[in-house]
Amino acid sequence: MATVEREQAVMTINMGPQHPSTHGVLRLILTLEGETVIDAEPVIGYLHTAIEKEAEHKTYHKVITLNDRLDYVSGMTNNFAYCLAVEKLLGIEPPLRGQYLRVIVSELQRIASHLVFLGTTALEIGIMSAFFYCFREREKILDLFEMLCGARLTYSYIIVGGVRYDLPDGWVEKCREFLREFPKAWRELDELISKNPIWLNRTKGIGILKKEDAIAWGVTGPSLRASGVAWDLRKTMPYSSYDHFDFEIVTAEEGDTYARYWVRMLEMLESLKIVRQALDNLPTGPVLADHPWATPPPKNLLDKDMEALIRHFLFYSRGYPVPPGEAYAAVESARGEVGFYIVSDGSEKPYRMHMRAPSFIHVHALPVVAKGHLIADLVAILASFDPVMGEVDR
Amino acid sequence: MTEQTETLADVEHLLQITERLKNFLGEEAIEEVKVHNGEVTVTVRRENLLEALQHLRDEEKFEMLVDATAVDYLPLRGEPRFEVVYHLLSLTHRLRLRVKVRVRSDDAWVPTACHIYPSANPYEREIWDMFGIKVEGHPNLKRILTYDEFPGHPLRKDFPLFWQPGQPLEKPEKPFEEW
Repeated sequence: MATVEREQAVMTINMGPQHPSTHGVLRLILTLEGETVIDAEPVIGYLHTAIEKEAEHKTYHKVITLNDRLDYVSGMTNNFAYCLAVEKLLGIEPPLRGQYLRVIVSELQRIASHLVFLGTTALEIGIMSAFFYCFREREKILDLFEMLCGARLTYSYIIVGGVRYDLPDGWVEKCREFLREFPKAWRELDELISKNPIWLNRTKGIGILKKEDAIAWGVTGPSLRASGVAWDLRKTMPYSSYDHFDFEIVTAEEGDTYARYWVRMLEMLESLKIVRQALDNLPTGPVLADHPWATPPPKNLLDKDMEALIRHFLFYSRGYPVPPGEAYAAVESARGEVGFYIVSDGSEKPYRMHMRAPSFIHVHALPVVAKGHLIADLVAILASFDPVMGEVDR
Repeated sequence: MTEQTETLADVEHLLQITERLKNFLGEEAIEEVKVHNGEVTVTVRRENLLEALQHLRDEEKFEMLVDATAVDYLPLRGEPRFEVVYHLLSLTHRLRLRVKVRVRSDDAWVPTACHIYPSANPYEREIWDMFGIKVEGHPNLKRILTYDEFPGHPLRKDFPLFWQPGQPLEKPEKPFEEW
């Protein structure tokens, strides 16, 4: 009699925040019946850094360096969204070459981020070797970024008005080499993972997110497209000349863990296509808009022109005022819609900066998906949403 | 050029939507309609917020609540001190609309929108945690980013930038220039 009672008992178990498969410091309070998840309550905040508060006390230019620390796996897209919002307030449009460079770096960033997703998900499901192949390829992208801006994780490459530096010598060739080599590595990963029976068993039909649920919960990005909604901001609400490029919105109908994986795999190829087109049609000209106060003066003028030197000092010390108002700008990052809502009071510091983080929503939509699955599948489901705790907790 | 005409058409469309919203809710329910930088903001009265969101979701196809947050306007203009901001997205029409509610600090609450948009749930917890605006009817109104014993609400403008646990909250904020 007593054993029967124990079998039916509902158990509450704590998972995380120090758990190897929760992608950082996510804590889940699980209600279990045996091994079946009845409810999962995410508890977040273990990585809270109050960046939104800190941003209110820094100049607009310095806030850029805070942004890429939010989603540290794809820093470029965070800078991108923030700069679009500030540019909206200032009324600046970056020159075409700057826009193209932004597209190139954010697409490379998307590939790098999806590779991290793939590596860690495979690791959690038990395919150890894929992790190393993914990080080997990611390393090549990080090398490209390092060549471009000297940083490998927190780039701050995209600034208000364009990008910080033009391409260094030899970068285009190196990038083209990567574009040539990557499909080979992609096929390698595909062969390694996509038809692996263990992978298929662990992902097919697991964690189905229905279309209506995805929309109601505000799920965006690859996870939304895997549920059959053809929504990609790059195509549906184009920004920064994304409408110049020819690419497809990758969707899948199933909405399960496998679909979320497969959408990301195919998106890497679409990103390659975009980078290739952008390199082929790369316009000449400046990479940074010439705004009287909101962009730094050209470096070569500093030792010749007194006014430029004054402008340089004012730009970096006092910052630049931004007209009062409010703006929301969003980009399609590797995880979904990254949006920045900025309120300006006309001073040099943002009056309020709020980041719309896709992972924040994905983590809270997890209980909807996880109900009724085994606790071991929960790990795969969580990994398939690819949350980054830096942007969940901000 | 094409981008500009597109934005103008979008703004035109959004203004028609707000006009229909005004007809639905009544003239006095809408405090302000503002167009700025190609974005349309509707400020509604708190009493009509849920009706407005329901109407926008069901009739105008704003299926997704992308973001909800608040802004503290205390040093800028005093009362009503807070604005709760909802960013809506229409996948059908490819439009964004911002809905705002003004809230006084002595009466700081908003009704919950969880039953209309489930995604409001974590955002409203964040609004409570960061600004101390109560969300009436929320199923699980707990602190989300800070810990349960945390005193005060950190994104209010009168909360100091530097604060150590145990330090009294009345201490004046250290001016930015000092560090």
